Amino acid sequence: MEYGLDLEYSFNEFLKGFGLSSEIAHIIWLPLPMLLVLVAAVVGVLVTVWLERKISAAAQQRIGPEYAGALGVLQPIADGLKLLVKEDIIPAKADGILFTAGPILVLVPVILSWLIVPFGQNLLISNVGIGIFLWIALSSIQPIGLLMSGYASNNKYSLLGGLRAAAQSISYEIPLALSVLAIVLMTNSLSTIDIVNQQSGAGILSWNIWRQPIGFIVFWICALAECERLPFDLPEAEEELVAGYQTEYAGMKFALFYLGSYINLILSALLVSILYLGGWGFPIPVELIARFLNLPINAPVIQVFTASIGIVMTVLKAYLLVFIAILLRWTTPRVRIDQLLDLGWKFLLPISLANLLITAGLKLAFPQFFGG
Amino acid sequence: MSIAITTQIICFTILSLVILIGALGVVLLESIVYSAFLLGGVFMSVAGLYLLLNASFVAAAQVLVYVGAVNVLIIFAIMLVNKKEDLKPINDIKSRRIISTTICLTLLSLLIRVDLTNVWSLSSPLNSIGEDSTIRIGEHLFSDYLLPFEVASVLLLMAMIGAIVLARRDVMSKDISTGLPVDQELIEKSSEPLLTNKK
Repeated sequence: MEYGLDLEYSFNEFLKGFGLSSEIAHIIWLPLPMLLVLVAAVVGVLVTVWLERKISAAAQQRIGPEYAGALGVLQPIADGLKLLVKEDIIPAKADGILFTAGPILVLVPVILSWLIVPFGQNLLISNVGIGIFLWIALSSIQPIGLLMSGYASNNKYSLLGGLRAAAQSISYEIPLALSVLAIVLMTNSLSTIDIVNQQSGAGILSWNIWRQPIGFIVFWICALAECERLPFDLPEAEEELVAGYQTEYAGMKFALFYLGSYINLILSALLVSILYLGGWGFPIPVELIARFLNLPINAPVIQVFTASIGIVMTVLKAYLLVFIAILLRWTTPRVRIDQLLDLGWKFLLPISLANLLITAGLKLAFPQFFGG
Repeated sequence: MSIAITTQIICFTILSLVILIGALGVVLLESIVYSAFLLGGVFMSVAGLYLLLNASFVAAAQVLVYVGAVNVLIIFAIMLVNKKEDLKPINDIKSRRIISTTICLTLLSLLIRVDLTNVWSLSSPLNSIGEDSTIRIGEHLFSDYLLPFEVASVLLLMAMIGAIVLARRDVMSKDISTGLPVDQELIEKSSEPLLTNKK
């Protein structure tokens, strides 16, 4: 089923109209979607920071940011500017090279993972065959950056925070990958496009959340743990570790950690919506609406409509999950480190293994419902 | 020469330089922490080489296993031990260097010989499978390579049991590092961490 807008093709045709060769047109095209996604990620972070401030205020019966712009919408920009012009301090006894490389190693894999996030049939940077596996592989680089910055700070709190962060992200990666594996088993493909298309049969009824309820919960808990959000923010637990691996950081280097953690949160929310909530799919299939309006599915109006609905639905679902994550952060207490590891290894790992077994069994028993 | 081929050559040159310099750094640098981080960089560049060869699944697996698991484990071990140790001078350093140089040079000449004699190029470009490699790897693992695959899992199981035995010393009556009888109630208090005990 190949429909939807193909912007790359139209753009290349447009440039060829000016007498450029297809190779040069391709090179001019390449940076455009990357820049667009980068801008989208940063704007997404600004929105999330504002939401975090406002929702935390509401949860604590405060007003929150009020004077910077209407309802304080400019507050995150003020935050960003402050971090941008702050002095960049490297502690005298710290290891300068590793201290600088740490935050970069934390941020770059997260941004690279946006490569596979689809907003529509052709609206993603690259439909790589290994799709979701690329994200799992890239997210395993992050602990190295955390360990690096924890070590380079030359501070016991930083080192402990870095070790905790790495231990946490390694233990929660396994149930995370196993619950993704159950989805891949149903889809017969690793590509995020195929995963969404497999859920697009009957609108909201065919979303993976109904077929993979256990996987959905396991994935969401693990995603929160990977983002170091509060029930699981032990690496930066204020009462014990000052601020964990971020303790010695200031200015732009701290901003990189900050940006990284929020981009990671949005990315996780997007991936939950792609894997379990039908991605860009509208709760009522677009084909049904087109048939109701007596329009062919390939009509330009319907195509533009589908593409914009797709983007709106993806972002809406992702921000609904971000809202839940923020609400969780401001209403739940932090778990202890032994509770965290117990939950990961003694509960989530066995339950996700059982989920994988059940999915494989159901796939063989009911191929029409669980992907043949 | 087309733009795609130029890009490939540039990427290949950069990746090979990073691998060579990084690997030299892993061996030659005195700080063990730098060596460990450089090793991660070398693993990443090898993954980049796999990507250039259109083997994206192998590249991602390389990152996941070697960078995400092996290298993180190495760094973890280094940071938990975290012992500053001065290198002791070795007595017969000269003869050792001569022996190791001879062995390395022999190995190098063997590898050069392999490179020159083997035919590396595919018989036709149609034989490369590209994105389908994930499926082909899976088929091979569960048919003709099933035995090595299962043996590897047995090996991992043995390593896991060994790790549990080392970590839970209450399963044995004697402490394996100190030789003292284990106090069943005060295991955490009575014994020091294994690695720091070694002199």
